[in-house]
Amino acid sequence: MNTMLTKSLRIAALVAATFSTSHVLAAEKIIKIDGSSTVYPISEAMAEEFQKATKTKVTVGESGTGSGFKKFCRGETDISDASRPIAQKEIDACKEAGIQFIELPIAFDALTVVVNSKNDWVKSLSVDELKNIWKPGSNVKNWKQVNAAYPDKAMPLFAPGTASGTFDYFTEAVNGKSKSSRTDFTPSEDDNVLVQGVAGNVGALSYFGMAYYEENKDKLRAIPISAKAGGPAVLPSAATVENGTYQPLSRPIFIYVNATAAAFKPEVKAFVNFYLEHAPKLVAEVKYVPLPADDYAAVKAHFKALKPGSGFGGKNEVGIKVKDLINRIK
Amino acid sequence: MALPISQTKASVLENLDAVRAMIRRHKRNDIVFATIGLLALMLGLLTLLTLFVNLVMDGYPRFNLQFLSDFPSRRAGSAGLLSAWVGSALIMIVTFLTAVPVGVAAGLYLEEYAPKNWFSDLIEINVSNLAGVPSIIYGLLALGLFVYGLDLGQSILTAGLTLGLLILPIVIVSTREAIRSIPVAIREAAYAVGATKWQVVSDHVVKYSQGGILTGVIIGMSRAIGETAPIITIGALTFIAFLPPSPISDVAPYLNFEWLSSSFTVLPIQMFNWLSRPDHAFHINAAATGAIIIVVTLLMNGTAIYLRYKIRKNIKW
Repeated sequence: MNTMLTKSLRIAALVAATFSTSHVLAAEKIIKIDGSSTVYPISEAMAEEFQKATKTKVTVGESGTGSGFKKFCRGETDISDASRPIAQKEIDACKEAGIQFIELPIAFDALTVVVNSKNDWVKSLSVDELKNIWKPGSNVKNWKQVNAAYPDKAMPLFAPGTASGTFDYFTEAVNGKSKSSRTDFTPSEDDNVLVQGVAGNVGALSYFGMAYYEENKDKLRAIPISAKAGGPAVLPSAATVENGTYQPLSRPIFIYVNATAAAFKPEVKAFVNFYLEHAPKLVAEVKYVPLPADDYAAVKAHFKALKPGSGFGGKNEVGIKVKDLINRIK
Repeated sequence: MALPISQTKASVLENLDAVRAMIRRHKRNDIVFATIGLLALMLGLLTLLTLFVNLVMDGYPRFNLQFLSDFPSRRAGSAGLLSAWVGSALIMIVTFLTAVPVGVAAGLYLEEYAPKNWFSDLIEINVSNLAGVPSIIYGLLALGLFVYGLDLGQSILTAGLTLGLLILPIVIVSTREAIRSIPVAIREAAYAVGATKWQVVSDHVVKYSQGGILTGVIIGMSRAIGETAPIITIGALTFIAFLPPSPISDVAPYLNFEWLSSSFTVLPIQMFNWLSRPDHAFHINAAATGAIIIVVTLLMNGTAIYLRYKIRKNIKW
């Protein structure tokens, strides 16, 4: 019993010690980031470089855009990564907790529609054709149903899971309503599973972020998308995303900064400035598309002015320009 | 009525044939069962072996000390496991320090002191049941209780306590089994020379069940080290490029508990993150991490077997 008693005393001491030291730690400067796994690679690169340059500690989680906002609106994080704009429910939650945020677009992601590299019949798809395939209740199961000229091949569908921001954006852009989609596809939260699915099926069709296509070009082929039937079909690339011709499947991705932290924590302010300063280089390095240079300048000015609020008003929106977005917040 | 000799001999021979046929049949059954058993064993072992060899072959380029001493990075080639393995190790310390005293005490109480009534039965059923509860449930419990209820935050202490809870039933059950395997004669002999209950428990029961308890503890720990779901639920981070404050300090009392409230990541989470990357170079890191986790688990289980053997050898009764 002696050893047992000392052991339990030791545990009690441990717990007591933690409580007494937690306020000491709170004084230590740690910048906390959590949120979207799509934005994660960018924030990770920034955190790595910033920590090297300034010795300030930065942690990055990837619990997803929704979970990230939950933590952000409880004041647990300084910055929230988001692959979609903040929703009305989340705005309300933040408001209730007295947390104001600054919305900063930091890069573009291009949703890429992909087929197997052995698929040689599809040259391009229009948004209408995509809608015909992905709309709720769609019974398209064969390429022949998309276009009579296509071969009689089965078309297994793969797509990101319904909890992902990618799914939200694609359904909004193609079907006109976020989360409205046919349900008989193979879902996965792991984009590499989607890559495997398309690589293993000649007739397969899927969509996901461009970085996953870029790394698997030997197995997959990206489909040029035309916004209107008969219109010019555009391949996703850094150039077509940046000049705004790859529509409607290119989307801005964001960081949301706690306005109080931005104003009163010098390390958070320094980090966000570092983020925007190094975005052109680091965003491209992790295979996303940087905003045009003058957009970054506008975002920087926006952050400097510490203007809180969201330009979206709680709703997702397709095809909006970064400058227009910023100008909405006065 | 005695049979004529020739007839007896014939019937004996006939019987002998039947007996031989029976023996042959039974031997055949033995072989068939042994084959099925071997196949069943191989099915499990070969699957694990294939997986392990596959991981080792994929992760081979990253097996070096630098992989263990580097922080995570956006560049696969210079990304390492340092914060992940330190996080895992510190969490295991907390898990050990909480689950072992509580689990062993609970097991001892249930086996030696608890009155045999419906209430003890109820506790017993619940303990066995807890061992089968999905780990994510423990994560949700910990999120409500430790993270928000007790305000411990997303810290090493929270993770260690969560995994401690998770392996508590394993420790309790193995403690009880170890105690039950002590011959009644040992207790009776101790009582016969006038030992009190406490003397019997502390001098004999605990001493002789050490091997079994230790095995249970290590098997519980090797389960805990691979757990991901509850750790994700309580909010482990993915990118963390600094270490918690050192547990040892150079001023009295030479111990520092600040690390308990530090944020952390663990091996399986780091592996999961690398696996979900588009860049294939990260998948090599993930494979190497997987191989390391399997080796650590095997080492822990191997230690459990060795210690049990060693301790049993020293027990003479």
